[in-house]
Amino acid sequence: MASQGEERSDGYWRGVIRRFLADRVAVAAALVVFALVLLALVGQWITPADPFQASMLKRLKPIGTEGFPLGTDELGRDMLSRLMVGAKLSLFMGITPVLVAFLIGSALGILAGYSGGFINGAIMRTIDVFYAFPSVLLAIALSGALGAGIVNALLSLTIVFIPPIARVAESVTTQVRHRDYVEAARASGAEALTIVRVHVLGNVLGPIFVYATSLISVSMILASGLSFLGLGVKPPQPEWGLMLNTLRTAIYTQPWIAALPGVMIFITSISFNLLSDGLRSAMEVKQ
Amino acid sequence: MSDGKVLLQVQGLQKHFPVRQNSFIPGGKRVLVRAVDGVDLRLYEGETLGVVGESGCGKSTTARLLMHLIEPDEGSVVFDGKTVGRDLSLREYRRQVQMVFQDSYSSLNPRLTVLDSIAFGPQVHGVSAGQAKARAEDFMQRVGLDPSRFGERYPHELSGGQRQRVNIARALSLQPRVIILDEAVSALDKSVEAQVINLLMDLKDSLGLTYLFISHDLHVVRYISDRVLVMYLGEVVETGPAETLFKAPAHPYTAALLSSMPSMDPDHRTEEAPLSGDPPNPINPPSGCRFHTRCKYQASMCQQSAPSLVPIQQQAEHQAACFLHHPRSRHPQAIKP
Repeated sequence: MASQGEERSDGYWRGVIRRFLADRVAVAAALVVFALVLLALVGQWITPADPFQASMLKRLKPIGTEGFPLGTDELGRDMLSRLMVGAKLSLFMGITPVLVAFLIGSALGILAGYSGGFINGAIMRTIDVFYAFPSVLLAIALSGALGAGIVNALLSLTIVFIPPIARVAESVTTQVRHRDYVEAARASGAEALTIVRVHVLGNVLGPIFVYATSLISVSMILASGLSFLGLGVKPPQPEWGLMLNTLRTAIYTQPWIAALPGVMIFITSISFNLLSDGLRSAMEVKQ
Repeated sequence: MSDGKVLLQVQGLQKHFPVRQNSFIPGGKRVLVRAVDGVDLRLYEGETLGVVGESGCGKSTTARLLMHLIEPDEGSVVFDGKTVGRDLSLREYRRQVQMVFQDSYSSLNPRLTVLDSIAFGPQVHGVSAGQAKARAEDFMQRVGLDPSRFGERYPHELSGGQRQRVNIARALSLQPRVIILDEAVSALDKSVEAQVINLLMDLKDSLGLTYLFISHDLHVVRYISDRVLVMYLGEVVETGPAETLFKAPAHPYTAALLSSMPSMDPDHRTEEAPLSGDPPNPINPPSGCRFHTRCKYQASMCQQSAPSLVPIQQQAEHQAACFLHHPRSRHPQAIKP
């Protein structure tokens, strides 16, 4: 008892940051993510060559060609520049649907989890309907129905991610709702909204957010897939999934160049996954 | 004590939880768990009423029903002469009646500091943030925690006893008249438990509180209570002044519970198990007297009809629900008055 008096009280978030910084893999992933976001923001201003400048004479030059450090694509455009510019759209298509789905899905899940009973049943059973389709199929079907285009692709991806996020939000909220501190708050006469704001949100948003981060990689891959099928970004706009699609014809002549957009997607998605893993373990409160 | 004013009263309190026996068949057979089945309860101002019984007998459900954390099926709560929900708003009632839970960790929000947790209640009832904090500090002092040392801490940085003190301070911060203590000291170490019990008794004297003290620990209940209520399978089987009830239990179940208390005297050790087996399933409670399946005095009439609470030896405060004490019950072993 006596020794506890001297030690400094750490806030919850300070502890999270301390644990996160001790996790080397997570910090490395965070740095990669930071670099990618930076690239997405400024990439189009610092390209070594014009990413849209095609040249029939310089088609499919190998990696390391003079003037083209990462070679050229099937139309003779500089790969490095296209990859740099492509980061913007690829990340945007990966993060935006997850962010929007995080807001909507959390709201639905928290409402369902806190209300319980009929409202829970109505919301969760509706969401279960979306679970009947595999996410790739659902995204393609929605995009196909809405028509090609970036906005429609974003919309369909958002719809795909609402159900899983809502389900996680519902299960975390249901757990928290039956904790004694929520009962105690009810016993103090507080309104439901006050209880949700003070006692529920702080305890559920963290885990939901971590789960949503892990969906960013899925979203990127699905967005790439949509672009690959011609349902998302349209040429000549560089986007990694679309680049992968157009370069697939060159896979026997220049396999390394054809693989480059795939490598970028891989690095990005694994970084987001490792980052969310690190966040999750850093946010676990010791009992 | 019984000459005092009745502060809290319920009659015929009942809660049956529907459960589906086979959840795979839609509309499958629904059965009822009779968690609390017609409990009458009276709490006099300034007393401590102990509620005892085995696990699953409905003690905690009764507490939650009294707080309206779960809605009772039957039986309205009357507080200070006003029916809750009709003459007295639930919000105001909850300011007057507070509760302390068993699990000291789960009953504190891990993301809030101790001060914020205690100050939450008063803020809900319109006290400004600054005043609520000052009040929280005051009540931390009263429960023996230095606000400057513990105020900004988080629950996981406190010991179990300290956390339970915080929970008591939170209950007190609304300045209630009644506190329901649901196994509030059961999870603590014996030495800490004793400290918290003494704290509770001091607080009761200095703040003029009334306690409903739920516990399975008979020694603690005997020590702290003025009156005791014994529950079995959702029903009250005996109630009476603590001393009388502990010295001369009238119901066979109470007697069995008391003889299960570990004795400090080796000459009085219990030779045979006073009660065998688990309590019967509250889904299909036994017919007649619910205790007859485990009672050594059971007669055929006990299976057929349920005994009501009757006064023992013409004392109105001491009542038991057993045919042994019904004057004209014709139970073969009935005690003649």
